[in-house]
Amino acid sequence: MTGKVKNKNKKKSQAAAVWRRLKKNKMAVLGLIILAIIIFFAVFADVFFDYETLVIQQNASLKLQPPSAEHWLGTDEVGRDILARIVHGARISLPVAFATIAIATVVGGLLGAIAGYGSRRVDDVIMRVMDIFLAIPSILLSIALVSAMGTSVTNMMLAISISNIPPFARIVRSAVLTIKNEEYIEAARAIGASDKRIILKHILPNCMAPIIVQATLSIAGSILAIASLSFIGLGISPPTPEWGSMVSTGRQYFRAAWWVCAFPGLAIMLTILSLNLLGDGLRDALDPKLKN
Amino acid sequence: MYRFILKRLLMLIPVLLGVSFIVYTILSFTPGDPVQMMLGDNYSEEAYNALQAELGLDDPFLVQYGRFIVNAVQGDFGTSYSTGNPVAAEIAARLPNTILLSACAMLFAILIGIPLGVISATHQYSAVDNISMVGALFGVSMPNFWLGLMLIVIFAAGLGWFPSSNFETWGALVLPAITLSANSLAMITRMTRSSMLETIRQDYIRTARAKGLKESVITIRHALRNAMIPIVTTVGLQFGFSLGGAVLVETVFSWPGIGRLLVDRIGLKDTPVVVACVLVLATMFTIINLCIDILYAFLDPRIRAQYKTAKR
Repeated sequence: MTGKVKNKNKKKSQAAAVWRRLKKNKMAVLGLIILAIIIFFAVFADVFFDYETLVIQQNASLKLQPPSAEHWLGTDEVGRDILARIVHGARISLPVAFATIAIATVVGGLLGAIAGYGSRRVDDVIMRVMDIFLAIPSILLSIALVSAMGTSVTNMMLAISISNIPPFARIVRSAVLTIKNEEYIEAARAIGASDKRIILKHILPNCMAPIIVQATLSIAGSILAIASLSFIGLGISPPTPEWGSMVSTGRQYFRAAWWVCAFPGLAIMLTILSLNLLGDGLRDALDPKLKN
Repeated sequence: MYRFILKRLLMLIPVLLGVSFIVYTILSFTPGDPVQMMLGDNYSEEAYNALQAELGLDDPFLVQYGRFIVNAVQGDFGTSYSTGNPVAAEIAARLPNTILLSACAMLFAILIGIPLGVISATHQYSAVDNISMVGALFGVSMPNFWLGLMLIVIFAAGLGWFPSSNFETWGALVLPAITLSANSLAMITRMTRSSMLETIRQDYIRTARAKGLKESVITIRHALRNAMIPIVTTVGLQFGFSLGGAVLVETVFSWPGIGRLLVDRIGLKDTPVVVACVLVLATMFTIINLCIDILYAFLDPRIRAQYKTAKR
């Protein structure tokens, strides 16, 4: 019993130490604040802007109005408020990006753990396949996957997840390789723990730091991939207020009405920026050794 | 050294085979029947079967893949479903444009990024350093298709400095190249700065300064050369990524490269062209990575020596 309590305290103090270091990094805090604001608006989007009347309903009399007191960021080609659409857009980009990276982390992490922990042959097979996937630029791989599976949100998520698996597999594998010869793994094996238990309970928790950093930075990459795929018509299609597809539909009008493209793009940039700042900060805070 | 290069070249073969297999497999699942698409609405069953046999689509999958590889090695990527032209000819017509665009973008990123990174490191926390680091932060976070559109609004539609389409003049290259270089420029600047910051604190830099060498000689010959490895890695990676990024930038600027060809033909379900485009871009990506590996050995005598001793 006491052991459990002690363990809990230790975990807490570790997280607290990371938080203390993160707090000192002004840029990381800025990133965290921006991200918190974006998440706040995404969660309470319906309170600020009604989805049916403001985000989807067209209103020809209001089309392409420049930013004004009434429409802070102007209106689009069919008279919808751009700010309302951007705020609701966060409800799509963020969860989809989180989900893709969650899938990639779990699958990539397990593959990496198996490769690092398993026999030489298993390692070779898994890592060579990963190398081949890494030899295709990820946006191209996503494009190929979506165009083969057909355009839909699920397929886009799947494509982005798959193209994000190899980096996770690599990171976890190299972490496992350094950890697996530690004495506490030997101890676990000595008391008869199964391979599964050793991987899940002993190895993976000990290589969380690089996984968390990679995940944060990958979410930024995933948001960009979602926007890019939607921009070329392979992701989320209109009238759903996805940022990339907003930029894409605005393209036809943007010479006369720059705000149609400018603001959704700024939303993408701000979100990616906040995640990059947070990711860099986390890298420094989680493991001072990783700092480059 | 030659054996090292040869070995790396041979290692390319399984990777490229793997890449082609994955790409071919993925895209062979593309929905839609190409035979039906090529024949239109009115066709007899005989015509259907004849064309299917002509295209080899009635063979088992692995046979189709094998034939594809054998032909592709000989430069034959089949016939486009949408235009009926040889795919290789369509690619050959577009590829130089993509290479030109990517090369110009990388050149721009290197020529601006490395000096900027060096200055940022030697003048750490100065105004130049702060501005370039904030700029780099935005550069890595910006979607390039959006940057392209903004540049068109400001410099083509607004100021009229550059054309945004019409590829007759060299001026038309400026905006697409800058757009494509933005991410790389940011990454190269950041990497140069951090790598330089590490090297200028080394003892041998202090020694050089104690010898009374000129500051410019110290920075360039003693510090920058030793800081080059991570910079070269970044340049190589970015060059590879720029091939992926070109897909979007070419779409924005209607640049006649293979990135735009790819996007156009996905819409038309022209699978042979799509497979070839992805394959060509992935091959270039792999070859660039290989060149970087070889370049390491030239840049760093330690790696060269390591290889020489390992051989024995």
